[in-house]
Amino acid sequence: MDLHKLSLNQQLEGLKKGEFTSTELTSHYISRITEFDEQINSFITVTEDMALSQAKAADERYKNKTNLPLDGLPIAHKDIFCTKGVLTTCGSKMLSNFEAPYSSTVYEKLDKEGMVMLGKTNMDEFAMGSSNETSYFGPVKNPWNTEYVPGGSSGGSASCVSAELAPIATATDTGGSIRQPASLCGLTGIKPTYGRVSRYGMIAFASSLDQAGVVARSAEDAALILEAMSGHDPKDSTSLKLDKPNLSKELKSSIKGMKIGLPKEFFEKEMPSYIEQSIEEAIEVYKSLGAEVVEVSLSNINLSLPIYYIIAPAECSANLSRYDGVRYGYRCENPIDIEDLFMRTREEGFGAEVKRRILIGTYALSAGYYDAYYLKAQKCRQLVANDFSEAFKSVDVILSPTTPGTSFKSGEKTSDPIEMYLQDIFTIPANLAGLPGLSIPCGEHQGLPLGMQLVGNSLEESKLLQFAYSYQSNTDWHKKMPNI
Amino acid sequence: MKNYSEDWEAVIGLEIHVQLSTKSKLFSGASTNFGALPNTQACNIDLALPGVLPVLNEEVLRMAIKLGKALNAEINSPTSFARKNYFYPDSPKGYQISQMDRPIVEDGYLDIETDKGAKRIGVTRAHLEEDAGKSLHDDFEGQSGIDLNRAGTPLLEIVSEPEISSSEEAVAYLKSIHSIIRYLEISDGNMAEGSMRCDANVSVRKKGDEKLGTRTETKNVNSFRFVEKAIQYEIERQIHELESGNKITQETRLYDSQANTTRPMRSKEFANDYRYFPEPDLLPINLKKEFIEEVLATMPEMPNQKRERFVSQFSLSEYDAGLLAADKDLADFFEEVTKVSNSPKLSANWIMGELSAELNNENLSIKESKVTSNKLGQLISRIEDGTISGKIAKDIFEKMWSSGKEVDAIIKDEGLEQVTDDKEIETMIDEVIANNPEQLEQYRSGKDRLFGFFVGQVMKASQGKANPKQVNDILKSKLEK
Repeated sequence: MDLHKLSLNQQLEGLKKGEFTSTELTSHYISRITEFDEQINSFITVTEDMALSQAKAADERYKNKTNLPLDGLPIAHKDIFCTKGVLTTCGSKMLSNFEAPYSSTVYEKLDKEGMVMLGKTNMDEFAMGSSNETSYFGPVKNPWNTEYVPGGSSGGSASCVSAELAPIATATDTGGSIRQPASLCGLTGIKPTYGRVSRYGMIAFASSLDQAGVVARSAEDAALILEAMSGHDPKDSTSLKLDKPNLSKELKSSIKGMKIGLPKEFFEKEMPSYIEQSIEEAIEVYKSLGAEVVEVSLSNINLSLPIYYIIAPAECSANLSRYDGVRYGYRCENPIDIEDLFMRTREEGFGAEVKRRILIGTYALSAGYYDAYYLKAQKCRQLVANDFSEAFKSVDVILSPTTPGTSFKSGEKTSDPIEMYLQDIFTIPANLAGLPGLSIPCGEHQGLPLGMQLVGNSLEESKLLQFAYSYQSNTDWHKKMPNI
Repeated sequence: MKNYSEDWEAVIGLEIHVQLSTKSKLFSGASTNFGALPNTQACNIDLALPGVLPVLNEEVLRMAIKLGKALNAEINSPTSFARKNYFYPDSPKGYQISQMDRPIVEDGYLDIETDKGAKRIGVTRAHLEEDAGKSLHDDFEGQSGIDLNRAGTPLLEIVSEPEISSSEEAVAYLKSIHSIIRYLEISDGNMAEGSMRCDANVSVRKKGDEKLGTRTETKNVNSFRFVEKAIQYEIERQIHELESGNKITQETRLYDSQANTTRPMRSKEFANDYRYFPEPDLLPINLKKEFIEEVLATMPEMPNQKRERFVSQFSLSEYDAGLLAADKDLADFFEEVTKVSNSPKLSANWIMGELSAELNNENLSIKESKVTSNKLGQLISRIEDGTISGKIAKDIFEKMWSSGKEVDAIIKDEGLEQVTDDKEIETMIDEVIANNPEQLEQYRSGKDRLFGFFVGQVMKASQGKANPKQVNDILKSKLEK
């Protein structure tokens, strides 16, 4: 049986009915990883022994009828989530030797529901990048065509789910790091409302923008795991005081009569005709399902990229100060004194993109520049958020392309950071406003998948998933998988 | 150094760091106990492991609100935290979580008293921040050790306006803050252990000048006396420099208590830019009105209020009331003694006289007194009811101090009751007069000073037990005859 072709719910049913065991399911994925991951480099660490022992424990619980809600389902975790006793690198040389002494809330929640961890997925260093080429552990390849990038920073998570080396994977999104790789790998990726999922134990890049979510093969799979990850966490002061939502149930509601907004500022931009065409087709599908489509204006949306490239680096410049070689992680050889220890550890331990952002952020916060950059960016950020609030008075979701194009070749954009940063032009606004965003496959161009993005109002993840589920119930784009 | 004070005036501002006596740290659940083995009280959050997040200890809000009230200040709501960025090995995150734009306490004042009278000193702000760890250089050959037990301990930094004009005022202000934090029980205020630390910003200018002079910051002076000396030294040094035609360098200086001088700290090649920005891991805190009111309802009586009450309720002098009220333990002790003795004035005298002397001798705090408030009260009530004289009481007090016995037991065992029987005293006086005919002659011929001699003789004869007032009265009438 091709166990990896089953949806998460089908796998869960199979486990409950005893059609196969978690050990069989887990071993199946482990052998696929062993067989195929060499081609795509989507895992930094494969936790085979741990996975098999977790699977065995799940099987025991099924036998004793004490099984947990998601018992025995395998999952891959982005290597940004601390997992006790397991290497947690964040894709960096700086943490290449760091075995976390505690687990993130995301890991613990899924562990408590019985999920089996297959391993830790590759990522751009400290989640900074849009092509997964900045990882200390080597670039990740796109399973649709290994000459192409999978997107980033959650490139490993997207790549392994796309290649069916894991049925689902956790990911994080600061400016598009879930939605962009989902789009480039033909997956469903969702970033919930800021504060919906605890950030405790998720290694910080830009604290006010970072949010955890999943990359999955369908909206249904995504809903099942996202609801288990959600909920208030007293260890994260920015976590919302809300119980976990019932997304799996809510996503099946009809979208009839709901309104889709098309931001004119996005559609005024020149975009490749294949994207225009795919989006138009998707709009037609929604119209046929009874949704209404209207134009909306997000007049400050063009400020998003510059705002983001001040706030995110500013926060990262402080968040990454703790990597100083004193307490854990990489430390340079034979430091002469403390200054030398700090400087060489950071010089040698961080890659070029991370250093670039630390420098930008340090500059933006410096005396004499703070008001002109950081403070102004925060004010503009509020304007962007206000635009969304205004738009959501008249529409339920906002639809746009996820990315300016399909995937690009490895090395194509590495020499031009600005070109790379433009990858996130459609995704960044949702992070600035703290809103939920989702990408689903909606087309294909020259053998590479293409996604559309839906952004919802605060806490309306279920509405986004409703839209995604309705679309996927009437189209097949999400069912296409690469041949690997 | 010559006295320059005629031409010059000093402008002083103090920054006082108060370590708050919470059970756990500002942003983590780790214990704050002093003196534990290195790094045994540092949890994942204090170690700044990747992925950890701060969660505010609510107790500090209560403490800060109380301090704000005692300093007649505004309580800011919302109040927010900021990151102060700098690299240092004992600062695990590479930034300190502090407050910048909206400190919890802002715009207050404190009334102080010196020999020159009363003065109001403005308090700019008091903000919450976390303490750093400690670098240990002694035990590690060519290396440094880091102890993160103190990292994350809550501090309130209280910043005064530059309105202090002498070292005496600075100490009065510092002592007043010390008294307040002890009254509020938000810190033990122990300067030697570093739970209260003081940095002094000092500049001088010619009297009448509007423009402030260049200031220096003298760091971490760890006793009241050293604060006074360090500031005095710094004022005189700056005046001396300026009068010699030199300029003052804006710098951080350290006080050397051995040499009684200040000297520049090894200067950094570039000025620190802390790159403050709002802490994104902590949302601004809205302090609800009901919460503030609930906290304020638990405010104890403050030193100034207590002083005024001591004056009106017990008819103490302003001076005595002020001395007693400055220290909460001392004030409590006084009230306990008074309750038993029913004599506030005498109780105050005994506490500030005999008792303080013994405590100082043995370097004990009032709480460690070998004579309890109850026992001291009994002793005083025996003076009041005439059982013993004040002089005998002093001897008895010595015995109580060393033996721990109660006053009545000592009086009984040693037969020390005061002689108050007129007849008995008369007999003694008659005997003394009969034994000293020569002195009697001289007295009666006008040598009044000899009265004291007769009193002394009578007291000696009674072994000090005769009531002095009765002796005086009876002796006078007998000698006049």
